[in-house]
Amino acid sequence: MQISEAWLRERVNPAISTDELVEQLTMAGLEVDSVKPAAADFSKIVVGEILTIEKHPDADKLNVCTVAVGEDEPLQIVCGAKNVRVGLKIPAALIGAVLPENFKIKKSKLRGVLSFGMLCSETELGLADSANGLMELADDAPVGSDIRDYLSLDDHIIELDLTPNRADCLSLEGVAREVAVLNQIDFKPLVFKMVETTHHNTVGININVQEACPRYLGRLIKDVNPQAITPLWMQERLRRAGLRSLSILVDVTNYVLLELGQPLHAFDANKLTGNITVRYAEDEETLSLLNGQKIQLKTDTLVIADDKQALALAGIMGGSETAVSDTTTDVFLECAFFIPTAIAGKARQYGLHTDSSHRFERGVDPFLQAKAIERATQLIVEIAGGSAGSINEVVSEKYLPTRPAVILRKQRINKMLGLEIADDEVIAIFQRLGMEVETSTESWSITPTGARFDITIEADLIEEIARIVGYNNLPQSHLLMRSELGQVPEALLPLERVQDLFVSKGYQEAITYSFIDEEIQQLITPNDDIIKLKNPISSELSVMRSTLWGGLLRTALYNTNRQHNRVRLFETGLSFIKQKGETIQTKRLSGLALGSVQTEQWGEKTRKVDFFDVKADLEALFSLSNLQVNYNANQHSALHPGQNAQLTTETGAFIGWIGMLHPTLEKKLGFETQVFLFELDLEKVLNKTIPHFSPLSKFPSVRRDMAILVAEEITAKQITQCIEQCQQTAIKAIYIFDIYRGQGVEIGYKSVALSLQLQDSTQTLAETEIDAIFSTVLTTLTDTIGAKLRD
Amino acid sequence: MSTTLDEILAEALEKLTAATDLNQLDQIRVLYLGKKGAFTLQMKQLGKLDPDQRRSIGQAINSAKSEFQQQLEQCKNTMQQAVLDARLASEAIDVTLSGRGQTIAGLHPVTLTLRRINKIFASVGFKVVEGPEIEDDYHNFEALNIPAHHPARAMHDTFYFDAHTVLRTHTSPVQIRAMEAEKPPLKVIAPGRVYRCDSDITHTPMFHQVEGFLVDTDVSFADLKGVVYEFLRAFFEKDIGVRFRPSYFPFTEPSAEVDIECVMCDGKGCRICGQTGWLEVMGCGMIHPEVFKSVDIDGDQFTGFAFGMGVERLAMLRYGINDLRLFFENDLKFLQQFN
Repeated sequence: MQISEAWLRERVNPAISTDELVEQLTMAGLEVDSVKPAAADFSKIVVGEILTIEKHPDADKLNVCTVAVGEDEPLQIVCGAKNVRVGLKIPAALIGAVLPENFKIKKSKLRGVLSFGMLCSETELGLADSANGLMELADDAPVGSDIRDYLSLDDHIIELDLTPNRADCLSLEGVAREVAVLNQIDFKPLVFKMVETTHHNTVGININVQEACPRYLGRLIKDVNPQAITPLWMQERLRRAGLRSLSILVDVTNYVLLELGQPLHAFDANKLTGNITVRYAEDEETLSLLNGQKIQLKTDTLVIADDKQALALAGIMGGSETAVSDTTTDVFLECAFFIPTAIAGKARQYGLHTDSSHRFERGVDPFLQAKAIERATQLIVEIAGGSAGSINEVVSEKYLPTRPAVILRKQRINKMLGLEIADDEVIAIFQRLGMEVETSTESWSITPTGARFDITIEADLIEEIARIVGYNNLPQSHLLMRSELGQVPEALLPLERVQDLFVSKGYQEAITYSFIDEEIQQLITPNDDIIKLKNPISSELSVMRSTLWGGLLRTALYNTNRQHNRVRLFETGLSFIKQKGETIQTKRLSGLALGSVQTEQWGEKTRKVDFFDVKADLEALFSLSNLQVNYNANQHSALHPGQNAQLTTETGAFIGWIGMLHPTLEKKLGFETQVFLFELDLEKVLNKTIPHFSPLSKFPSVRRDMAILVAEEITAKQITQCIEQCQQTAIKAIYIFDIYRGQGVEIGYKSVALSLQLQDSTQTLAETEIDAIFSTVLTTLTDTIGAKLRD
Repeated sequence: MSTTLDEILAEALEKLTAATDLNQLDQIRVLYLGKKGAFTLQMKQLGKLDPDQRRSIGQAINSAKSEFQQQLEQCKNTMQQAVLDARLASEAIDVTLSGRGQTIAGLHPVTLTLRRINKIFASVGFKVVEGPEIEDDYHNFEALNIPAHHPARAMHDTFYFDAHTVLRTHTSPVQIRAMEAEKPPLKVIAPGRVYRCDSDITHTPMFHQVEGFLVDTDVSFADLKGVVYEFLRAFFEKDIGVRFRPSYFPFTEPSAEVDIECVMCDGKGCRICGQTGWLEVMGCGMIHPEVFKSVDIDGDQFTGFAFGMGVERLAMLRYGINDLRLFFENDLKFLQQFN
């Protein structure tokens, strides 16, 4: 919504500057988006009158005019516009005038003829983007007066960005009332003389859907002059509101919409067949709209129809067939009230959004129609003549919105706002807002005005008080509230600790979109039941990620393509899949590593990251929460079949995956190096066992190493498990420190070197005891996994 | 006696001077002080002298011996020092070369910002709560007093899965879920990802919000103003101007938009604040009675406020980031600036 400041000030004129007015509106909740001058900067342009016209001797398209400009002598001005005619009043730029963009007017010669100025079009004054010839001023424009004064161009266009609850301010009157309340002054009511009815011809009106259209007013105005020119003042007000002047009938309906906030529609009465009916569209019905669009109507759409067909989208836009034109002499003026829910969302269904639908969706004052149709009639008859018929009104009181009084309990003001305010002040605020106030001892009963759809409960009234007093004038307290000591659950590892761990392990945190390319998602996890967006923003962001790997892989590629050959990333966030029709949202921690294991280190050889480097980082995480994890060689569609592990807890619950990106995927995605990935179920990782103390042994510990030969397929886990099974309590730790294959070891076998750390809690272990443990271990290894001691 | 004591001493001192390393020194020491050393032999011969001489010659030998010993000690010290100096010199390194080991990475600026926001509120007892991102229509809209066809729905460009399932357009549904789960008093903040079907220079289809709310028996708009004001000053660590403007959200009444004095130009007016000197940073208000109704909280007994803020916007202002899209490109050159 944009309006002219001068027009506003005509109705309410507080003694404050434009800047102050703008600030005041913004701070009252009518946010000012912009303030622009009503016209470009120019000077020394006056109202001129063309006295004589002669053809230019040497140029077909030019005329030599004499123009009265209010000085002793008229000026000779050469002009090329087509619409020059004797008696026409136009803006004339004098010698020394400066037009927009610093264009200076000087005495000049055009094809040998002297010209002492320039006659101007609307474009040259910066009033329009295009123009057809000279700007035509009214016949009574005073010759010689400054055009800026004459057109009141020293004005500002104030653009308001209104919230949906403030439909009452979608009109000049609404804004004027608001300004009056804020400044505690009166605003001038709209005064006009009602046109007397001169005939009783009407068009019949049937409302089939009173619940959607509880009030409909129609009036026939006959014998208007369709050629009548819209007066400049009206054109200017429309222009400053962002509307183009089209024809007198359309201009008047637009003007009343701006002035009062009531949308009206003018039909060419001679194109109507029979009566007007307000109904829902029929199946398969079509309608050609004013904007040239032809639409197939849906049956939940309200239309205005005659006996033959649908004529207009009710409350949204008229149809082209019955539109007024430059030959229209008889007008049927429609002024209705539609229930907001009957219009809401309908315009959007057809890709439309009009000044009318914008207002009806939010709510138009249901008591405004009579005034609005009278105002429009008066303007039409005054400007274009014609005789007004009586108003035909169909109303269904039952469905008209009511404005029931709202109770405001005095104590609630303080409870909600922390504000002490005098009763008189409260009453004054609501009265200025035009509302009726009835006072009781503990409360008021306040009846809102018709336009205030937003006032239905007590909180709405309290907001009005806050708004008018000014949010910044309301008290502000220091946090006074109940406080309890905070909880510090120790069995839960804070997420921050996990993030910090990966950061210190060199992983950069990334945040990638939760939706990804379906193709990439398919490549990584073809078997997941993925969730697709119905209205994705693009195909690259069309499905919800079932794993965070998609985003991390894309991010890694983005960076390897930008000369980063070492990338380590991690991310935490939800993954989404369908399971038995249910949407499952699981919080995950995922990571990726590629390139050298560390940044280049001087004096040391670089080495590429491998499975065990990444595994070490996970082990560090699990040790934070004392979590025992099994790494089971497994199969995953995205991972190398020989270099991946599914992670489970000791009880077998799934934790996640670690592994090398499958070489096929590596190639398909465009990586030039191996990529390692992990993904964990975050909640399982954050569960922590609270540490429990065990007494320290006072006796020394000893280390014994052994090298055993085992078959290739025997895993490290099998060896350690086997040793654990010996149940030798003195064995405190087992560590495999070397794997050897080659000379001296048969093919199909490997030599595993391991160390045992032995310690007893009650005594120093004797050599014989150590030897006994050693031989028990060896025997078990031999019996269970066929190990042989390597000589 | 073939050689005099003076001669022995002179010769010994000469040898010490000529010695070049600790080994030689030790040999010289043995030569003179060892069991068969020159001075030792001299002492042994003392017994053959008569007592008168014994005393004076003994003293002479001792004095020569002690001079030798002193000299020997000095030489030894000098040599040890030289050896140490040589070792130290050979072991000197260029301390300006880089250290070795794993380099540290960093957190995403959104996480940094979220952490600070969480910490500020946690310090006064707000509990951090999270909610689902695929959300039902009821929690995202209906329960927040945004019925179907409400004009406010047009303000949210919603991603849909079906008619009743959406990607949450704000973190406000967590407010509903938290109030369904627990009864007041409540002090909660809910950070997280939110989604809007919009993408251009100033919009990304995913971004982060922090929702916060407080419900108790005596909470007023004055408390809301106080909390918001103190939060913004704590966040920017600056005595910035804060103003509240009436606005509209279906789930609060009264509702306010909060502006801070532009942190780029200190309120003088610049490109970032559109010359107004003010920046919009959050929306807030008193929880709407309809919202209380939908979670079965007595709006006469309890009052509450709620606020919501865009995390990227705060991060941009805090760190001077000029392009929203950078947050989700995850260019390491961008991310590493926050390490």
